[in-house]
Amino acid sequence: MTTTTGTTAVTGAVGAAHTRLEGRDKVTGAARYAGEIPFAELAHGWLVLSTIARGRVRSVESAPVLAMPGVLTVLHHGNAPRVDGSYAGMLGRPDPIVEVFQHDRVPYVGWPVALVVAETSEQAREAAEALVVQYDEEPHDIAFFADRPGTYTPENSPAAQAETEKGDIEAELAASAVVVDAAYTTPEEHHSSLEPHAATARWDSGRLDVVDSNQGSMWVADELAKLFSLDPASVRVRSEHVGGAFGSKGVRPHQILAVMATTVLHRPVRVVLTRRQMFSLVGYRSPTAQRVRLGADTDGRLRAFDHQAQSLTSTVHEFIERSADMGRVMYDADAHHTVNRVVPLDVPTPTWMRAPGEAPGSFALESALDELAEKIGMDPIALRARNEPDAGPVSGLPFSSRNVLACFQEGARRFGWADRDPRPGTRREGRWLLGTGTAAATYSSGVVPSTAAVTAETDGTFTVRITAADVGTGARTALALIAADALEVEPGRIRIQIADSDFGPAMIAGGSMGTRSWGWAIMAAARELREQLVLGGDIPPQGITARSDTGAAVSALAKKERHSFGAQFAEVAVDVTSGEVRVRRMLGIFAAGRIVNPLTARSQFIGGMTWGLSMALHEEAIRDQASGGHVGADFAGYHFAANADVPLIEADWVDDPDADDPVGIKGIGEIGIVGAAAAIANAVWHATGVRHRDLPIRPDRVLLAGTRPAGERDA
Amino acid sequence: MALSTSSAITLNINGEKHTLPVDHRTTLLDALREHLDLTGTKKGCDQGQCGACTVLIDGRRAVSCLQLAIASEGRVITTIEGVADGERLHPVQQAFLDLDGYQCGYCTPGQICSAIAMIEEHAAGWPSAATADVRPEAGAPPLTADEIRERMSGNLCRCGAYVSIVQAVAQAAEAEAAQTPTTARQFSGPSGPGDLAHPAGTTDAEMTA
Repeated sequence: MTTTTGTTAVTGAVGAAHTRLEGRDKVTGAARYAGEIPFAELAHGWLVLSTIARGRVRSVESAPVLAMPGVLTVLHHGNAPRVDGSYAGMLGRPDPIVEVFQHDRVPYVGWPVALVVAETSEQAREAAEALVVQYDEEPHDIAFFADRPGTYTPENSPAAQAETEKGDIEAELAASAVVVDAAYTTPEEHHSSLEPHAATARWDSGRLDVVDSNQGSMWVADELAKLFSLDPASVRVRSEHVGGAFGSKGVRPHQILAVMATTVLHRPVRVVLTRRQMFSLVGYRSPTAQRVRLGADTDGRLRAFDHQAQSLTSTVHEFIERSADMGRVMYDADAHHTVNRVVPLDVPTPTWMRAPGEAPGSFALESALDELAEKIGMDPIALRARNEPDAGPVSGLPFSSRNVLACFQEGARRFGWADRDPRPGTRREGRWLLGTGTAAATYSSGVVPSTAAVTAETDGTFTVRITAADVGTGARTALALIAADALEVEPGRIRIQIADSDFGPAMIAGGSMGTRSWGWAIMAAARELREQLVLGGDIPPQGITARSDTGAAVSALAKKERHSFGAQFAEVAVDVTSGEVRVRRMLGIFAAGRIVNPLTARSQFIGGMTWGLSMALHEEAIRDQASGGHVGADFAGYHFAANADVPLIEADWVDDPDADDPVGIKGIGEIGIVGAAAAIANAVWHATGVRHRDLPIRPDRVLLAGTRPAGERDA
Repeated sequence: MALSTSSAITLNINGEKHTLPVDHRTTLLDALREHLDLTGTKKGCDQGQCGACTVLIDGRRAVSCLQLAIASEGRVITTIEGVADGERLHPVQQAFLDLDGYQCGYCTPGQICSAIAMIEEHAAGWPSAATADVRPEAGAPPLTADEIRERMSGNLCRCGAYVSIVQAVAQAAEAEAAQTPTTARQFSGPSGPGDLAHPAGTTDAEMTA
């Protein structure tokens, strides 16, 4: 591997399997998460959420609750400290849910209307449940369906084009020998991190100190400073251990409410969301309605490519689930059209959730490719090989590297794809119909300017400080390995400190960009430190520290199509008596840059694929049209894959270092889920002869759709 | 006369007696986390659906969020902080660490406590829904991957670490069986790594009807 910035791999830490640095703390229970740091005089906040989907809060009847034992205060729109949400943060304008208790409007069920703070959590909970809130209710509308009134195409921006178009789609479709025109839906899905969002806030010697569970402590600190009009240097946010995030752990009401309450009460206040509250307060993945039209010649070459996606957002903020973006990277055609539309409804604002856009988008697109392969009578992998683009189909830019076919080749070999009978409904074991399916995966590879500090200590160790977050990815360990190689020392001589906003600006754990962005900054600081150490001399008691800022280097990157790729394979068994779909095995092969720590990377890939299985077969949040709220906002009503749902899943990778990254990283957080649900849906078709275009593929849907053995299917 | 809403109780946790006043509404989970600073036991849902708060009560696994503290007097309670032998990790802990049976780590204490009890339940011959032959005289079924998956399904993991959790439980069960070769315990058949390491392309023995 060559890199542009001269790394070495003398110690070989990068690329060798290492158990997690914090692993012992995690298996012994010693690792403390946000809600677990003790504070003297701690008070407990409990949220009260709206029970109506649209209207106004008429009154919050605090007086009886304030008389209850232990209750310290009841915050609501009538008495809460003012905050200013009219700013652009690191990721743009905030969801107005951060402007908690600033007005009496209620835009959806589960909007925060009050916070009860008490001496104990039991007292706070009982008082919160006793609090009477009166509303003036208005009619609401939460019905999401394809092309419903109110759907619009957002404005294009340079960073995110809503719509792309070239050529004449209708003409090319008309000229195509084979056409697929199919509609797909995916349901509302929730991140459901096992650790609920939690924050403890206190004022400490004139500084606001927040112990939180988040994906970016600098991000949260910066937005808290903006919201409360504070000097950024006076806000410190820490988040040492994070019990899962998946896109949901940004700036959310719990942090703001903890700050409000500690400001009012002059003592530390902890606010922990309940599982039920998480369903309306931390974002979710929008349901989608998608239409894919593909037109091809008989040899499989695409003439027309059209992917139209629709998602929903709230009435207070525009968030777009960019499901149609995947085709801009994957497939070219003479006429090419993609669009992401959105409709505002009386529901909470969706947000990023693991592989935003590509997760639902790949289900529709990679299912449609499989349908096209079926119609042409072509192997699905050969169809994809036929349509490999030389450059970005929309951008025209070259790919930094594109090893999707290598993934398919390796995956097909290991999965035994060559032995597959392409006809559906031909394999049966007792009451089980068996089938296999495949799909492509891709996710963008990005990097964001970050800062890091590396200190040479007098005892021969090195301390790395960076506002990274380890949300379960293994980032802490990966960064220590990167530092070890950069400094040419054994990993045991690296001490790494992360997730403290005092360490300076850095990328969040998100978009598969965390470890790449942080690793780059650590490489740069380590290089600077080594140059200082070459000068010789004793190390002073405070050590010698070098700092880096990758802003200039990152912005100097040439414009290219930069992505990870992969190939997903699945085998399913479909019970013809119950309609149950069981996944028997999955295999994912990825081309996702240099793999820093094979042990944790494999876990992350398999975790993503497990999400794909869960998305294909299980996950579905149901809203009640009458109330506007969820039915069963808990783990019984919202089932994600349990142990018994998950078979042996294997993940591996092909060599694919990014030549423009100092470590060679591309990022691996999202790509495991991309295409996984489509591979399973395609396998269900192969087993049964029936296409399932609506997720999840529930037993009732399978039973109602029936099965069509080979020979009885459509020509 | 006002009814008392709190009591002083004594809990036996990890071999130590703790006397503390508790609100009668306090769950065992909150008593551990908020009153005894034993925060290794996690709160994922607070309603018995996720298993993150699993502890051992009188040697059996239980979700501590559905157990009132005041009803826990006189019980022998073991939490994640009490399963290691001093500095030496319990074999289940060691296997989770070595095989990366976790990611964020939040469900991990519950998974480990659950696995410890699960291995004993299996060794004692308790059947599960995945057991083919449930007759008492059949004895303990082979501890296959399917048996582990079924028996560990009360512990949710959102990171999706189930594949390595199953491997870790299998490895720990084998290690424990090797340490205590009692006649009633059998781990024959395709248990653990042998079963799991078969190459992709062969079928899992999962659903042969």
